[in-house]
Amino acid sequence: MLTLILKRMAMAIPSLIGVVIVTFLLTRALPGDPAAYFAGPAATQKAIEEVRVKLGLDRPLLAQFGRYVSDLAHGDLGTSLTTGQPVASELRTRLPASAELTLLGLFVSIVIAVPLGILAATRPNSLIDHACRVISTAGVSLPVFFTGLILVYVFYYRLGWAPAPLGRLDVFFSAPPQVTGFYLIDSLIAGQGDVFVAALKQLVLPALTLGIFSLAPIARMTRASMLAVLSSDFVRTARASGLSSYTVVITYAFRNAMLPVITTLGMVFSFLLGANVLVEKVFAWPGIGSYAVEALLASDFAPVQGFVLTMAVMYVAINLLIDVLYGVIDPRVRLEA
Amino acid sequence: MTDIAVAQRHDGGLSALLRHARYVVAENPVTGFAFALFVLIVLAAVIGPEIVPYNPLSSDTSQALQPPSAHHWFGTDQLGRDVFSRVVVATRLDFVIAVASVALVFLMGGLAGVAAGFFGGWTDRIVGRIADTIMAFPLFVLAMGIVAALGNTVQNIVLATAIVNFPLYARIARAEANIRRDAGFVEAARLSGNSDWRILTFQILPNVFPILVVQMSLTMGYAILNAAGLSFIGLGVRPPTPEWGIMVAEGAAFMVSGEWWNATFPGAALMVAVFCFNLLGDGLRDMVDPRRRT
Repeated sequence: MLTLILKRMAMAIPSLIGVVIVTFLLTRALPGDPAAYFAGPAATQKAIEEVRVKLGLDRPLLAQFGRYVSDLAHGDLGTSLTTGQPVASELRTRLPASAELTLLGLFVSIVIAVPLGILAATRPNSLIDHACRVISTAGVSLPVFFTGLILVYVFYYRLGWAPAPLGRLDVFFSAPPQVTGFYLIDSLIAGQGDVFVAALKQLVLPALTLGIFSLAPIARMTRASMLAVLSSDFVRTARASGLSSYTVVITYAFRNAMLPVITTLGMVFSFLLGANVLVEKVFAWPGIGSYAVEALLASDFAPVQGFVLTMAVMYVAINLLIDVLYGVIDPRVRLEA
Repeated sequence: MTDIAVAQRHDGGLSALLRHARYVVAENPVTGFAFALFVLIVLAAVIGPEIVPYNPLSSDTSQALQPPSAHHWFGTDQLGRDVFSRVVVATRLDFVIAVASVALVFLMGGLAGVAAGFFGGWTDRIVGRIADTIMAFPLFVLAMGIVAALGNTVQNIVLATAIVNFPLYARIARAEANIRRDAGFVEAARLSGNSDWRILTFQILPNVFPILVVQMSLTMGYAILNAAGLSFIGLGVRPPTPEWGIMVAEGAAFMVSGEWWNATFPGAALMVAVFCFNLLGDGLRDMVDPRRRT
């Protein structure tokens, strides 16, 4: 098991190197003079030269890259022009908001998509099978920001069930004392039931938006993989031995069918992390996505670069985790390693 | 004489294709529906600006935020512009962005992938490494970064959308070229003295072409979503240019105060277009490669 984990970690290293090189090249591809860019629009010629020396832009590209890597190793992602704060610390304070939303979105989509896929596979060509196909095709066709707006219109404006789409917590509540940064968990730790409910209310619509967007690949994969497993010999044997259909479907088929689904989670995360940016904008969510968007519009590049790098590193880590998880669940993978 | 023979053969090929297409459409009416939608979208893109009832840019503040009516089918926006006209006119820009980015990635990814699969060795390793690096990013996030770095223009949206789709095309083209590398007809061409490049262009590429065309129609939907997402967060297209993503963004503020038509109609147009391309892509794939049907 340990060899498997180490091997997978070694495989992630080239990806990480690639990510660092690309984020470095992105800044150097900035139109015009990067020094003038980082010095801001009002800078004098002298200030620009100072910035150039300070950022090491007067040195050869390779030396600049070395400096970038060593800054990264010290956890330095540069400073935001608009807020004057170090990018790394701003990302750190905003990350829990994004993580809470993304994970809840994933949870919503799994809770809907997996049963839907199983039902569709056990009753091929039934109403629920067609429903599964329609929902998954519609899910990928709906622009995620549009789904969010429709949900806001229906559940906030029309029905009044949801609170205004303005951030993580209603203004009447104050954030729970920070332990994990996840409001749902922190409020429970602090024993503040009303804060928990308020935070959950704010989370429902954005998480549902993300869930609808990402359930299509999970539902499709669950259905296809369940269909394949249900027609295999061991399921036939289990049926012939007189096991109840529940035992056959859930204990025998489902556990085997989940393996390809876990692999697709990697792709689902790629969607989720991207969609997160759009959902955060719709719901004024104070996460790293909206931070990057604000910086983008202000032509403030350091936060954008830090954001792209953070997202990519997280994505590589998630893929690594999925691979390891796969090995934990499926002993055959461990034997191969 | 030969000309007639060639013409006849082409005719036979075309009518056989049409017959096959008719068969596929009859088998799966959804594809027929998608094709009809596609024709409508192309029509809107081509003649849309000529036939819309209002100028999409002319504002009339006395008519601001009117709900849908007989005069303004989709209502009017905060500046009194006709939403219907704007949605129809926007079709051209969104369609052009999607087609351009898909065509670009078709060229870049297709050629790189075919070369990687055919030559193997270093070409393969370099193309594979580039594709892996792009895949290490969440795609939309990378597209944001590229547009931010290269500059906030429509051309860069096209380029960014093409780059994030690169691995998909490169991998498919690579796999398809690789299995044909040692095929009999390639060996025959090589023995009759054709150079590698000639074989690549005249033997391998035409064979990989249909598969990549299917891939193009499958990724069209994604390309439109990606471009609209970028303009939704304020990249690329700038107001007052009519474009679906930016129209949804402009209408978003009015959603919480009940003026739903402002964001809903461009959003629905976007959804219909993506839905149409996805269905059409599935249908095309059934036509070219029935085995991959799910």
